[in-house]
Amino acid sequence: MPSEDPLLEVAGLHKAYGDHVVLDGVDLSVDAGQVVALIGPSGSGKTTVLRSLNGLERPDGGTVRIGEVAVDFGARQDRAAEDRLRRQSAMVFQQHNLFPHLTVLQNVIEGPVRVQGRPRDEAVAEARALLDRVGLAAREDASPLRLSGGQQQRVGIVRALALRPRLLLFDEPTSALDPELVGEVLGVIKELAQQGWTMLIVTHELAFARDVADDVVFLDGGRIVERGPAGVVLREPREERTRQFVERLLRPF
Amino acid sequence: MDLDYELLRRAFWPLVKGALLGTIPLSLISFALGLTIAIVVALMRISRHRWLSGPGRAYVSIVRGTPLLVQLLVIFYGLPEVGVTLDPWPTAILAFSFNVGGYAAEIVRAAILSVPRGQWEAAHMIGMTRSTTLRRIILPQAARVSVPPLSNTFISLVKDTSLASLVLVGEMFRRGQEIASQSSQFLVVYIEAAAIYWAICLLLSAGQSRLEKRLERHAV
Repeated sequence: MPSEDPLLEVAGLHKAYGDHVVLDGVDLSVDAGQVVALIGPSGSGKTTVLRSLNGLERPDGGTVRIGEVAVDFGARQDRAAEDRLRRQSAMVFQQHNLFPHLTVLQNVIEGPVRVQGRPRDEAVAEARALLDRVGLAAREDASPLRLSGGQQQRVGIVRALALRPRLLLFDEPTSALDPELVGEVLGVIKELAQQGWTMLIVTHELAFARDVADDVVFLDGGRIVERGPAGVVLREPREERTRQFVERLLRPF
Repeated sequence: MDLDYELLRRAFWPLVKGALLGTIPLSLISFALGLTIAIVVALMRISRHRWLSGPGRAYVSIVRGTPLLVQLLVIFYGLPEVGVTLDPWPTAILAFSFNVGGYAAEIVRAAILSVPRGQWEAAHMIGMTRSTTLRRIILPQAARVSVPPLSNTFISLVKDTSLASLVLVGEMFRRGQEIASQSSQFLVVYIEAAAIYWAICLLLSAGQSRLEKRLERHAV
């Protein structure tokens, strides 16, 4: 339940490509330890919201605050502040985007060692512990290309965790996976939720959202249409558009 | 036609020496410098700044739009005009590096662009700057992609160095010309030189296959 001091606070986020408005004033807050699922039709702007938090997109206007780092995208660009903001979160991509020329372990420690300047031994030890938690301890020397899709995505999650972010962002983490591999990835995300990680998840897996997310946010046309506890939004949504979308996902034929 | 075996035998060692002391070092040095130029120019060309991408594009256009022989002679005769007098070797190295740089720049640029966008995004996500991303993530992957086309460029270069005979570099073909004109049996000596060029290129092709296999083993 929203407290007075959310970890993530987004206000009036706006983004357009030419005439095409992608984000039309998005307000969103996520408390520490809260898991929020973003759902909505393709083109609704849910992925753009996520990418805006991690510096992969630059909004035209609005403010984002994560912890004590705030950026006003409507003001003159402050690169240092935007850099600090992007370091507060870490993202798990739809297409894992692991580095194919590095081993699994190297993928995980690249950020901590090369970017954050942490001691290599410490980063390796932490990476091994994390890989062990997702059942991939034995594969640390493998090339990511030799792993299954589910394993690749679990390494992607570990790579994000190793950055010690305050906020984890998931961009449709299971959409590119074969159906039989979805479970192992969702299982890991669920464990992270139980461990108290703050997470924002763009997903089409409604059953998973209901199971893991505290709140579900429905976006359409670059605006937040509805937000509420997962069980409520997915079972008895207030808005007609939400109801239609949920029905379409549950009964595609 | 009677083959003059005595001439073949007599020409062989000078030709091989010309290859070892001329053709091969000239190719290696020019390729190394050319590749360095190519990486710089490729980065200029993918830059968002016009003042970098513009000159890069112009350079590539000039190199590809003019004959190598003309480039070589313009440098050979042109530099002394502006007060720069270079020995044959530096002249040839300059011309060949300049030429290889233009062709290899396009290869390197295409290879960089072939690395999926997601790699840039993942590097950005873990906090890397653009230059670190290039060095640690993009160029190593681009290097793999560019081995076959760069091998091609290198093999062309080895053969093109025969043009350096015109600016008095003592590479294999010039040695061949000297021997041929003494004996006035041009065909025999030139075919022998051609065979040695071919042999060098066969070795290089074999080396390319081995390199590709090695990179593949690491990649998959």
